[in-house]
Amino acid sequence: MNLSLDFSFYNWDLISNFVLKGLYFSLMLTLVATIGGVIFGTVLALMRLSGKKWLVVPATIYVNGMRSIPLVMVILWFFLLVPAIIGRPIGAELSAVVTFIAFEAAYFSEIMRAGIQSVPRGQVYAGQALGMTYGQNMKLVVLPQAFRNMLPVLLTQTIILFQDTSLVYAIGAYDMLKGFEVAGKNFGRPIEAYLAAAVLYFVMCYALSWMVKRLHQKIAIIR
Amino acid sequence: MSWDWQVFCQDTMDKEVVQGCFGKGGDITYLDWMLSAWGWTVSVSLSALVLALVLGSVIGTLRTLQGRPVVVRLGNAWVELFRNIPLLVQIFLWYHVVPTMFPAMQAVPGFVLVVLALGLFTSARIAEQVRSGIQALPRGQRYAGLAVGFTTFQTYRYVLLPMAFRIIIPPLTSETMNIFKNSSVAFAVSVAELTMFAMQAQEETSRGIEVYLAVTACYIVSAFAINRIMAFIEKRARVPGLIVAGGSGGH
Repeated sequence: MNLSLDFSFYNWDLISNFVLKGLYFSLMLTLVATIGGVIFGTVLALMRLSGKKWLVVPATIYVNGMRSIPLVMVILWFFLLVPAIIGRPIGAELSAVVTFIAFEAAYFSEIMRAGIQSVPRGQVYAGQALGMTYGQNMKLVVLPQAFRNMLPVLLTQTIILFQDTSLVYAIGAYDMLKGFEVAGKNFGRPIEAYLAAAVLYFVMCYALSWMVKRLHQKIAIIR
Repeated sequence: MSWDWQVFCQDTMDKEVVQGCFGKGGDITYLDWMLSAWGWTVSVSLSALVLALVLGSVIGTLRTLQGRPVVVRLGNAWVELFRNIPLLVQIFLWYHVVPTMFPAMQAVPGFVLVVLALGLFTSARIAEQVRSGIQALPRGQRYAGLAVGFTTFQTYRYVLLPMAFRIIIPPLTSETMNIFKNSSVAFAVSVAELTMFAMQAQEETSRGIEVYLAVTACYIVSAFAINRIMAFIEKRARVPGLIVAGGSGGH
């Protein structure tokens, strides 16, 4: 085994020059895609649960379509299509944001759908009996309970989303992995750079999933 | 804009449209190239699936052993390790780091390294499903096995695993579909699979929409085929009266 690793080139200058910029983008992309994905995912889930065919069919096609193609292909598609549609080139970073919102919406909608269906029917009827409209019933009765039920799954999906942000590599956007890769290339130490990237991803994702586990134990609704 | 599906009949070298769309005598058209790329996607995925199923079943089973805390901990560590590092980073580790650190691995072709990366990544997820499948069984099953005088191995072989694997067929189906989708990440280390083809053919022909549509169709057809095959297996393996059709699997 050939173990002559040298991590000495990792100093604060390098980290702030290369890694932090990428880390910031990865985190920002995760946050924006989660918020956007949850909003659009909720809309898609409500469409699929509405029982009206003209809403159910397009939402189902969208969700199943997104879920059967690889994320890398979706990233490539948007990078190709969005500039063609709006008529001017957009950066890889902006394209990545649009792609992740559209892609994650499909996954979040499945989580939301399961969450909404986990609320007992009686709750819906109770809301209706009080004379609430559909909107009030959703906002005040169903969605708050649904969110609570699915929060752990939602957060787990966010961790997966954070890992998936590394795939913007396909269009050359500057994320955390790219930051390490550029640093490794500049200093002629690619092996150490990849190892450091793996360690940082692991520490962040492991810590997050540990917190999700704790949260799950705390907020489980006792019925 | 207009369609130009002729692009698939072009020769990859001189860009001339070939009669019959398939290249002759060593020349290849984009259609030939795409079909071979599809073949690479299928072989990477299936090889990784076999590796992941074997490793995942063993590790998932070890994690449910009673009275063996060390083994259980090792199994848990395996799952956490491979679950918390992005697949792309793992592929880079296998492709760039491992051959440098272990010179013996330098002769190993990239295809094998990608299969190892994808297989080990997925093995952690399958291990998790196997564990939850086994733990979803009533505790009495294990005791019943031990009560008739089975050893631990026999209890797993004849009592627990046959039922657990039936329970986890639905999540295994989606994991199999995930492997096909995840194999696309191999583009990053130049394995000539579908996504790699899509990127290169798009660049060379500037007919991105047609190329991407065709590649997307290949992925959808693959996903659909797996779905049907697994549904068939599930139907054949069903134990009458024990597992409700369309059960949601191990939660």
